[in-house]
This record gives sequence, C-alpha cells and structure tokens, in this order.
Amino acid sequence: MHNKSLRELALGLKNSDFSSVELTQYFLDRIETNKDINAFITVDSDSSLRQAAQADEMLSSNNGQPLTGIPLAQKDIFCTEGMRTSCGSKMLDNFISPYDATVIRKFRQAGSITLGKTNMDEFAMGSSNETSFYGRVLNPWDKERVPGGSSGGSAAAVAARLAPAATGTDTGGSIRQPASFCGITGLKPSYGRVSRYGMIAFASSLDQGGPMTRSAEDAAIILQTMSGFDPRDSTSIDIEVPDFSAGLENELKGLKIGLPVEFFNEDLDPAIASITTDALREYEKLGAKLVDISLPNSHLSVPCYYVLAPAEASSNLSRFDGARYGYRTAEYDDLLDMYKKTRAEGFGEEVKRRIIIGAYALSAGYYDAYYLKAQKIRRLISDDFTRAFEKCDVIAGPTAPGTAFRFGENSDDPVAMYLNDIYTISVNLAGLPGMSIPAGINNKLPVGLQLIGQYFDEEKLLNVAHRYQQVTDWHTQSPEGF
Amino acid sequence: MSINNEDVEKIAHLARLAIEPEQLDTYTRNLSDILDLVEQMNQVDTDGIETMAHPRDTRLRLRPDAVTEENQRDKFIELAPASENGLFLVPKVLD
Repeated sequence: MHNKSLRELALGLKNSDFSSVELTQYFLDRIETNKDINAFITVDSDSSLRQAAQADEMLSSNNGQPLTGIPLAQKDIFCTEGMRTSCGSKMLDNFISPYDATVIRKFRQAGSITLGKTNMDEFAMGSSNETSFYGRVLNPWDKERVPGGSSGGSAAAVAARLAPAATGTDTGGSIRQPASFCGITGLKPSYGRVSRYGMIAFASSLDQGGPMTRSAEDAAIILQTMSGFDPRDSTSIDIEVPDFSAGLENELKGLKIGLPVEFFNEDLDPAIASITTDALREYEKLGAKLVDISLPNSHLSVPCYYVLAPAEASSNLSRFDGARYGYRTAEYDDLLDMYKKTRAEGFGEEVKRRIIIGAYALSAGYYDAYYLKAQKIRRLISDDFTRAFEKCDVIAGPTAPGTAFRFGENSDDPVAMYLNDIYTISVNLAGLPGMSIPAGINNKLPVGLQLIGQYFDEEKLLNVAHRYQQVTDWHTQSPEGF
Repeated sequence: MSINNEDVEKIAHLARLAIEPEQLDTYTRNLSDILDLVEQMNQVDTDGIETMAHPRDTRLRLRPDAVTEENQRDKFIELAPASENGLFLVPKVLD
C-alpha cells in the first residue's frame, strides 16, 4: 500500500479497493510505529479521519479530483486553521493558526487529507533539521545521520513511506538538499508560481513552496494543486498554469543539457561526481546532448545569500515580539525588556545568529557595503543563468556536495553548514525552478541529481526527471525496513 | 575578527534580542566567520550593476482600495498572550 503512486492510490479509491478512511488510518499507523524518526511535529488523527470520511462521501458521489481522499504531510511552515503551526520554533509552540495558507486551502478544496505537520529547522533556517525546537529528525536510511533541511521532516516522512507525498519550502535548497539526502524527488518551483500567503516568511524574495514526492509523476500532481495566481500574495505571478502531467512522456531527443563547469571542479566529492556522470550518460542514451556552460559568479552565491536571506529574515521575524500571538516571556520590567526576553527565549541559536547578521547588514554605515553589494551580485548570478540558457534547455549537476552527514558534524561551525547549499542557492537567487531526483547510492546513502529549468518551465523539468525515472529505478528504492 | 563584542551587543539591542554575557564571545566568533565568508563579494567589481531585489524584478500590483477582509477581531484576540476589552495588552509605554 505504502509504495503505491498517487495515481495508483486515486485509482484504488475510485474502484473502492480501499476507502480514504482505511488509507488514512494505514498511514497514521505507520507514523505511530515509526515515531522515533520524529518526522512530525503535530498529528491529529481524529481530524484526519474526519476529513477522510468526508472525502469518502465525495468519492462515492463521483465528485473526486486526483487528490481526493489522499493523505498528505504538510510542512509545519504552512498555516493550517485550527491546528498548531509552529514553524519548528518555541516562539509558535502555542500558536493555533486562525486561518489556512493558500496552499493548504487548495489541498482542502482538492479533497486531500492533512495527515500531519512535519518537522523542520526552526523558521526554515538550517540544512540538517537539527535546529528544530521539537528535536532532530532521523534519516530513515541511517538513523545516525541528518535528513537534511530545512524540510527534513517532509523528506524523512516520504522516504520512510509515512505519507504518500509531502510539501516543503525552499529558500536556499530546503526542498532539494533533504530530497537528495533522503532519496526522494523534490521540486522548488519558479518564484511566483506557488502562493506564499500563510507560508511563514523567512526570506520573502527567495521562499517558494513545492512538492516532495517519490517520483516526478507524483510531483506533477502535487504541483498542479499548489500552483496558481493568488491575489493575497503580492509577488504571486499571474501566468497560466499548464497541465504538468501532460508533457511527462515527451521525448528527450535533441534536448540540450548544460553542465556548469564550476559545479564539476576538484571540490566535488569524486563519488558524487561519478554518480552524476552516470546519470548524464543515461540522458545521452535518451537522446540528450551535453553542453558545457559557465556560471562564472556561482562561487559568490553563498556569500550573497548570507547577506540577503538574513537581512530579509531580520525584517520578517521582527513580528515575533510577544505582543499579539506566540510566546511571551514570563517576567519583564517594561516593553523593551519584554521584547528582548521574549525573543531571546523564543528563538533558537541559529535564528538569533541570522537575525543579528541581517540587522548588521541593514544597519547604518553597512547597508551599501553588504546589502546593496549583495543585491548587485544577485544580478550577476541571475544574468549568468540567462546567458547559460541561450546554449541549453536545462542545467544539470549535483544537488549537494555530499551525502547525509552525521548528527553534530557541522553544528558548531555555521559556515561549514552553509556550504551544504553551494549548488542550490544560486537557483533561488535567480528565482528559477530546480529539482532533485535520486540518481544513485554511495555507501548506502542516496545521492541526488539537480536539474535547473528556465523561468516557469517546470513542465520541462518534470518531463526530464520523469524520462530518467522510466529508465532507472533509484527513485523506487526505499531505506531498509521501510 | 571583522566584528567585536561591542558591535554584537549594539546590533542585538537594535534587533531586540537579549544576549547572555557568557554567550557573547561565541556569537562574536560565529558572526565574524560569517562576515569573513561574505567578504568574498568584494572580489568583484559591481560598479554600474543594477541592484536586484526580486527575481524577474516583479513590480507590485495595485488593487482597488476596498475592504476585502472580514473583521476577525475575536478570533485573533484569542491568540494574544494578554488582552483586555478586545485589545492587546502590553506594558505601559508612556508615563
């Protein structure tokens, strides 16, 4: 049951092979049995089963849509009415959202069931899921290793088959890197494709929600529901949403895949390099042509990001002040004291670090040297992609510089942790769609291949990913015992 | 060290964050490391390059100046750490 694709599950529901209540209970049981993974922050089985019973009614009157009756795991960054939405932080531990994020509303309208809210790095800041107030998430492939982050709970849940599919968000690699570490398929859509309304903001010019699934075929179905213009998100882009499943089978003959020379240098782990090369050989067999391209400013993406993202975060997180919702410190002398203690106690170390860096970059005397400089570098990085896409249709390379690392390995050194996102960050800076698909296994740990597309060409990305998954079986492999 | 303890204290105050004195050195060291990483940006001449605040340089839309949200005061006040008569309660700001 837990290895069925979304299409197979929909068919099973339609043919009454099983009901949504049975399906939902099945996954709730799996979540309970595998509690040690800590993939979920909140599970409300009564509510899930109520939603499932409603879905069963819709299905029996033949009013079903592709996701009707299918349980999904939602990252705990999406506001979910009547349910705790913590964003992995003590600051929001008592926050019961009074409204639904647009993404959640769309899933509800599609008749899908909220199975639970997944664990994540606090306020999506992290690459290992170790910064969550609710504790670390274990990688189902090796429980002594991190699942990646920040969408580590969603990645682990999909990898351990605790949910048929999940949502994640990606600001600098937070969908793609955990997808790579957990051996699943993750897609960060183009900036503006998926509404950010009700998705707790980290860095507003970079954040995008997207699917985390077991295959590109499933990702197309999830993305279909998530996408679309939303007047409530001021940066949502009013552009037609294509049928993402329609072009999956298109042939790749003549497709030009660009390989950034900067991604394949001596810094890349030879094992990752060799798996990437093997994947590219499969693409050649499918008729694609490989072309060398250059992204000459890509080495500046991490420095640029660690000015812009913290700057936006310091501004976004100023709303957490203990006045209107969330945590408030127990004792204080005056308003300033209340703010300072609330924020010192409510936020974890990594979040505080980023707020301070951001506030510094935006402060008088440093604004030009850091913030404006980073915005100019961002332009250079984006222009590199524009030029590269004159020579190719998609870009391919590694998702992460290594496989899942051990707990604690990078936690004392923020800079070492930041370098995990060296291949993914530039995609967010440019606002392009990016994907990670399973492409091999090294020392019993999954390795992802990153695919980068042109603006609003998720269709092509999904097509390129799907064709690979038809001739390989990396995406169907599951960790032992799951 | 591109940043010292005093800088960190000043910025933490601006960001309304209390920092325990014994944690100050760690913050300063970590933040200096991050700033050293960020310094790499200075290797590139960016004179004449336009800043980029958003992908696609999206311009903000305008909408008719009309009320679109319903009043949900009670619902929101329920979430407040402290409230009175439908108002958020905070310590006295003015004497």
